[in-house]
Amino acid sequence: MDSSVDRIAQPWGARTPYGRHDPWPARVDTYLEEGVAPDEVQRWVQTASILHSDGDAMDVAVVDGRMAGVRGRAEDRVNHGRLGPKDLFAWQANASPDRLTRPLVRREGRLVECDWDTAMSRIVARSRELLDERGPGSIGFYTSGQLFLEEYYTLAVSARAGIGTNHLDGNTRLCTSTAAEALKETFGCDGQPGCYDDIDHADVIALFGHNIAETQPVQWMRVLDRLAGGDPPRLMCVDPRPTRAARRAAVHLAPRLGTNVALLNALLHEIIRTDRVDHDFIAAHTVGFEELAARVEKCTPAWAAEICDVPAARIGEAAELLGTADRLLSTVLQGVYQSHQATAAAVQINNLHLVRGMLGRPGAGVLQMNGQPTAQNTRECGANGDLPGFRNWQNDSHVADLARVWNVDPKTIPHYAPPTHAMQMFRYAEQGSIRMLWISGTNPAVSLPELSRIRSILGQDRLFVVVQDLFLTETAQLADVVLPAATWGEKTGTFTNADRTVHLSDKAVPPPGEAKPDLDIFLDYAARMDFRDKDGGPLVTWHDPESAFEAWKRCSAGRPCDYTGLTYGKLRAGSGIQWPCNEQAPDGTERLYTDGISWAHPDVCESYGKDLMTGAAQEVVEYRSLNPDGKAVLKAADYLPPHELPDERYPFQLTTGRTLYHFHTRTKTARAPQLNAAAPDVWVEASVADAAALGLGEGDVVEVSTPRGALRGRLRITDIRPGLLFVPFHYGYWDTGAGHAPGGGTPGRAANETTVTDWDPASKQPLFKTVAAALRLVERGDGTGAPAPTTTASAPAAASGAGAVPATTGGRSALVTQSADPTWDSPGRRAGERHHPHPAGSPPR
Amino acid sequence: MNGITLTLRVLHHGEKHLAGRLTSVAERHRTEHEVHYVALDLAGWSRAHVQRLAATADHYGLDLGTSSATPVPHLLSTLTGKASEAVAHRPEPGLLLLRDLRELHLAAAENSLHWEMLAQAAQATKDDGLLDLASACHPETLRQMRWTNTMIKNLAPQILTSL
Repeated sequence: MDSSVDRIAQPWGARTPYGRHDPWPARVDTYLEEGVAPDEVQRWVQTASILHSDGDAMDVAVVDGRMAGVRGRAEDRVNHGRLGPKDLFAWQANASPDRLTRPLVRREGRLVECDWDTAMSRIVARSRELLDERGPGSIGFYTSGQLFLEEYYTLAVSARAGIGTNHLDGNTRLCTSTAAEALKETFGCDGQPGCYDDIDHADVIALFGHNIAETQPVQWMRVLDRLAGGDPPRLMCVDPRPTRAARRAAVHLAPRLGTNVALLNALLHEIIRTDRVDHDFIAAHTVGFEELAARVEKCTPAWAAEICDVPAARIGEAAELLGTADRLLSTVLQGVYQSHQATAAAVQINNLHLVRGMLGRPGAGVLQMNGQPTAQNTRECGANGDLPGFRNWQNDSHVADLARVWNVDPKTIPHYAPPTHAMQMFRYAEQGSIRMLWISGTNPAVSLPELSRIRSILGQDRLFVVVQDLFLTETAQLADVVLPAATWGEKTGTFTNADRTVHLSDKAVPPPGEAKPDLDIFLDYAARMDFRDKDGGPLVTWHDPESAFEAWKRCSAGRPCDYTGLTYGKLRAGSGIQWPCNEQAPDGTERLYTDGISWAHPDVCESYGKDLMTGAAQEVVEYRSLNPDGKAVLKAADYLPPHELPDERYPFQLTTGRTLYHFHTRTKTARAPQLNAAAPDVWVEASVADAAALGLGEGDVVEVSTPRGALRGRLRITDIRPGLLFVPFHYGYWDTGAGHAPGGGTPGRAANETTVTDWDPASKQPLFKTVAAALRLVERGDGTGAPAPTTTASAPAAASGAGAVPATTGGRSALVTQSADPTWDSPGRRAGERHHPHPAGSPPR
Repeated sequence: MNGITLTLRVLHHGEKHLAGRLTSVAERHRTEHEVHYVALDLAGWSRAHVQRLAATADHYGLDLGTSSATPVPHLLSTLTGKASEAVAHRPEPGLLLLRDLRELHLAAAENSLHWEMLAQAAQATKDDGLLDLASACHPETLRQMRWTNTMIKNLAPQILTSL
């Protein structure tokens, strides 16, 4: 199978078909920079991708102390050697000439270079001043979904027990907090029930708001390989855009934005009406079925058809597919999580699986996906609005247990209220009660909703802003202190993907200049602040990644995310391993809930649940009476119309989203030439009918406006749902003249200029997918077309004269080698047999 | 007028009052985004209760009217909405927010007690229609109370320690 493929033009590469229940054949993808031959690679260093939540395992090629390419790890359970376009090309950004190499501090309004001692002293002085004058509630930490486990854990200990603030959250709030909340609501505790191997066994795969081909391209390769093999699965896809998955689906539903709960209630209605219900499973493992059945009784497909603007017959067909599945796998992502009624909708997908008894068996599972690569660790380590180890902040014995691990008084750890979520932290900063905000590894000046508001908050004189990043991002330009951080490949640590697979990422090359690993920065802060435990010893007792990992293991012991069976040595000797991994499960755990629901009992659960519509917290007494035996909770929800609906002035619905070739705010992917060229600038998608009605053509410059703001981009006419506009959210201003904001009084290009400050009351995840907008022509196109890929959901509609738009290609510089590697294809591998013909450190052949 | 019609009348007034209050609190705290949107959603529940109470009252020969089921946002609430934007960067409105949430909670608690009375009277008189009404609406009133309580619990520490 050795061949070279342009992986910009063919993002998913060649097919390796396989049949149902067979192992997925390995295919090793290798990309080396031009001029480097495989035998010139001096070292291969083990790691995994941090450009999405898939956890694609790879080795980095090192030549003369620099990165020279990547190769997928055939032996890894996640990707079996495959890499996606971002995995293959984005590593090049590490060597960008504009990396931050020295700390910066603001002097007389300008950021100027300084040494580490100056920068850290300034941060420590401000911290102490605020603690003395205003207390711990005046300090907040906003972190990422892209650091390593060891870094989040160190930050969580420092913030919660060192400073003693409740204000620590991650940008994972924007991508994964609904996944966590939905799992807590249904199963009492966070923890992904299913795993990627379920794709090998399912006969129906249902994708709810999950553009899998672009956000998890390697798992889409797995689905494509099954579609090409024997006994292929049937796909059901809910997405208002014509995604690659939608085009391959047996049933595709493209509902109006903000109506997911209505659609899901109708699907549940049909499944219950036709009695495709596993009554034994419901009786043994759930509470709340009668209430759910009563609540969806009136939610007929005809009722939902009106609300969702989807034919009732299509809803019936979808219910038929879900209802007759023998092994059903559902995956859920931003189309649900970033929409109106996010948690309520995500929970109904859990309900679908409980009602059908589709849980804990190969092929029968739910994947409440994550957005970012290390979002799972932000959640586990308590850096994402939870206490570490999925402990329950409302349960005093959980807090006491955490205090024991940290050797502090329980009162030291704020638990009188839930940890503050990111949107509320920005509100506190706006209102002036938070006076210091330390932002690590994220770029809120592009990624948060309603950017003019965010810029005005970050630009306040009274707010001391620390930014820790690789580049001078839009956010860093507004900071008082900028700390240059090392990134993936330049530091060692672990992280965990969306199916609980833990990977080790080893240091391959040194960071540029004086840039430091995030862990070293947090350790330095803890040392300078002299955080102490209750006996006067140091609070943070570790000093490097491995000792931090060992400390985290003690915190995770006996919790659902138990890491006690893992060591750096074990991860280095093999590849990814799924938690829980402990004495009982030394090789890790493929699926949760194979033998009933294990973490929902009132004494052990992470959460007593919330009101899905108001976010009001339930108390232990209510939870105990509802669910005394700790079963899964079937939680019903009524449909509620979206808060912002189209009207005469703003007649469209607008959704923001992602494209295959970019990650987040493009800080890395725009600095990889192949990826940048595939999608170099923002664009706006509209339907054929809407473009015709407004007399617009491909490539016209258009303006999208909402009550919050406006953006401009070129138009791409696609098969998107009529009435809907789409804008990718990746594009900001660092590579424009103005630097961090729109320049010269003209509308900008960041999608979040237009989005609304509104969030799901249960998960606190902001809405990026349910606003009303207007569209107008600014300037006729010059024939160049929109800078949008043709390979993805952004493909031009056939009816719009697609032939005129040049196809997205990468050319010579995007050629990637694909090789077979039958060593790993034997079924024996699946029984846990371990053999290592080419461990990290030597080339495969 | 008997005890049941008296309670219907009081509750009708109470739900109307709460719907209006939720709407004006939403306007006053536009920059507290969660309070703003959830308060508007919850006002919808109280408006629905008002309508159902009026429809039920008909059966008892009681005319509660339907005209004012939807409180019209008047000039004053528009003004307070603008005012909230003007003071978005000040901490003092936090105290006003806590006071408003407390008032909402107490208003919902009053309604809750009246729903309780109505449900008890319905059982005593074997009035299934009335019991159905109370069973459908009372849980939503309790949810309104839980929401105001949760918001107070979450916001009070920051607001009261930062003044």
